[in-house]
Amino acid sequence: MEAGFSENTLDVFECSILNFSIMQDFAMGANLTYENRINSILEDEFFPDYLEVVNESSQHNVPPNSETHFKVTIVSSAFKDVRRVPRHQLVYKALAELLSGSVHALALHTYTSEEWIKRGNNVPSSPHCMGGGVQN
Amino acid sequence: MDIAETIENQVKENKILLYMKGSPNLPQCGFSAKTVQALMACGEKFAYVDVLSNPEIRENLPKIANWPTFPQLWVDGELVGGCDIVTEMHANGELQSLIKDATSS
Repeated sequence: MEAGFSENTLDVFECSILNFSIMQDFAMGANLTYENRINSILEDEFFPDYLEVVNESSQHNVPPNSETHFKVTIVSSAFKDVRRVPRHQLVYKALAELLSGSVHALALHTYTSEEWIKRGNNVPSSPHCMGGGVQN
Repeated sequence: MDIAETIENQVKENKILLYMKGSPNLPQCGFSAKTVQALMACGEKFAYVDVLSNPEIRENLPKIANWPTFPQLWVDGELVGGCDIVTEMHANGELQSLIKDATSS
């Protein structure tokens, strides 16, 4: 585990940078939460039939009230005849600015309205944290 | 060899390759763990790269793949997806046939 130890240190270091940038955003008067920002970007970009953005950061190894881990469920006709990887790439591209900053993980569930109805409006659940980044 | 070439060779030489955080026996992230689980359930051998111990790959692969997060499953030189896609494909049986095709070709 010697090699793993320094990498873990690196992860913790990143986390503190993340929170610093969130604090900076607040200091600059940007009161919108990331949840709101993700919501409004995806609304504008995909005109979704259904959109749900959930902040799942509390399931992860980050300080309380962090905005680092999100789950997005989006149903849009923009995904019709688009394969899975390019669908996710479309969403990543729309959120590129947020993803390059403090957002650390994005669980993504993309459907067309037909697929959404077929699966009974059922959103898969995200896995819980396994402590990546913790130093024991 | 630069890092782009290294990655290119890795995905070319390994039919089933998982870039993940940690190792299959000791995943360091819930998303990597869930993906490994689905892949292991297919019962075939697969290669993996722990991006936590390969920071250069961790930094560069997202740009090369146009995919910002890990894990990433690559089969036959092509990005199949991350945790959400792989889990869904496992649930509907697509992953099993993809893996079987890759190992038998």
